[in-house]
Amino acid sequence: MRLRGKKDDTVRKVLLYLFYLLGSCLMLLPFFWMISTAFKPDAEIFTVPIKWLPSSFHGQNFKKAFQVIPICKYMLNTVYIAVLKIGGEVFVSALVAYGFARFDFKGKNLFFLILLATMMLPYEVTMIPTFIMWTYLGLSDSYVPLILPAYFGAASFIFFLRMYFSTLPVEMEESMVMDGASYFQIFYKLILPLTKPALLTIGLWAFLGTWNDLLGQLIYINDPAKYTIQLGLASFSSMTGETLWGPLMAASSVGLLPVVFLLLFAQKYFVEGIKMTGIKG
Amino acid sequence: MKKSQIGFLFILPWVIGFIIFTVFPIIAALYIAMTDWSIIGQASFIGFQNFRAIFADPTFYKALLVTGRYAILAIPLTIITALLVALGVNNDYKGIGIFRTIFYMPSIVSGVAVAIVFKWILDPTYGVLNSLLRLFGLTGPDWLYDPAWVLPSYLIMAIWGASGGLYIYLAALRDIPRELYEGATIDGAGWLQKIRYITLPMLTPILFYNLVMGIISAFRKFTDAYILGGAGEEGVFYMVYLYQQAFSFYKMGYATALAWILFVIILGLTLVVNYTKKYWVYAERK
Repeated sequence: MRLRGKKDDTVRKVLLYLFYLLGSCLMLLPFFWMISTAFKPDAEIFTVPIKWLPSSFHGQNFKKAFQVIPICKYMLNTVYIAVLKIGGEVFVSALVAYGFARFDFKGKNLFFLILLATMMLPYEVTMIPTFIMWTYLGLSDSYVPLILPAYFGAASFIFFLRMYFSTLPVEMEESMVMDGASYFQIFYKLILPLTKPALLTIGLWAFLGTWNDLLGQLIYINDPAKYTIQLGLASFSSMTGETLWGPLMAASSVGLLPVVFLLLFAQKYFVEGIKMTGIKG
Repeated sequence: MKKSQIGFLFILPWVIGFIIFTVFPIIAALYIAMTDWSIIGQASFIGFQNFRAIFADPTFYKALLVTGRYAILAIPLTIITALLVALGVNNDYKGIGIFRTIFYMPSIVSGVAVAIVFKWILDPTYGVLNSLLRLFGLTGPDWLYDPAWVLPSYLIMAIWGASGGLYIYLAALRDIPRELYEGATIDGAGWLQKIRYITLPMLTPILFYNLVMGIISAFRKFTDAYILGGAGEEGVFYMVYLYQQAFSFYKMGYATALAWILFVIILGLTLVVNYTKKYWVYAERK
């Protein structure tokens, strides 16, 4: 009986490892194919049957990619938007979340319900009127519409942080009140330092949201000098007339580098956030 | 100042933002949907004419069909894939962390670049997918260039990305009390029975959450569709259609009416799913 159980376990383990290996190959195939294409000369890209690896590593496609679009400039533009956005978004979301977590006031539950509703519902409806509003303010071809709304907090971050703040013990805050500290001082000097990991998590989410966003950037930014990396990649083929797969794969590889680094070095923060709330940002 | 007033001050920035960026635009959207606004020039009030025009436009029905069909197939496929992967990696085997990272990847590594790479993978002649099929002696279809194969192309991408939702399921699996499984073992239940009678029922709240989120994101699908397109307008998802109307043709009134229809569809589906909740979602009795 016991022996059979052990044998079953081994079979199961072998099958699962096979599943992991096969699954991983499928997951990594797009990136393998992207990088392999990026390093191939045209003669090796357009062959049947395909060549899995370039015969020698060939840098031409990267050179060409940087000529077609200023990749570094576009990545810096994206970072610029993200940096200006994240500080405000994290700070204000924390402020609002603290209000929801620690105070009682009239209509609080109703406000929170509205907040939850805004997390899922009216984006497509508000998109065009908001665009028209920014156009009338003369700010449509600028980063302002992408950055400024963040300074009023983001519903999903507020939701997450409220949950996080509610798990903290109140004793320290109470003793600071006794010592005459104001609530804002408590928030600034106690809560913010204490919850750094959670703030880092939402900061990373905010960065990722900015880096991977296409629709918002597409709507507001027209001037190619202001393009972000997503817009640069999306317009790559129209810049070259026909699709140059080699340079395009080279550009995509470079554009993905920052998020690959995030995956490798900051995964634990993303995952912690999910474990806390069951939401993925 | 009273403590309750201070509390309101803390949430005030969000309240102001809500009024500026949600309440005001929603009210404006009600009006804009009834005008022929095109950004430049004057807007004139035309009542329900936009809605009439939309319901007479075959492209609208096409976009709705493309999006709806995708949603019906992609949502269950992604939920099942993510669930299977989560069940598969829910152990502490050696090296499991690496495999989890690989499966989780699509939720971090996404956007335009990934869509472009898929377009290249799906290339009928030089793409890696048809080459793999050729290894097995099969001739692959033209994928995005054949109207009949556009939907399967999008489904392949959706399944590839599905395991990005991995950790939500892992967290839910971790929360299932061990005693339930131990009790079942004593009663002589096999692993399949345990999955059927313990794991699945206990996961229904998270399946419900993912179903709702799946509906919302399928109907709002934009980035992939904008990059990949597809033959015979099979790649014109609803949001792409809306985007074209608003920002290629500047038909702001028409596009806003489209947005309201989308909103009603998403809200309606969410409410329907929510109504079915009591029949299949496990709720802890307190």
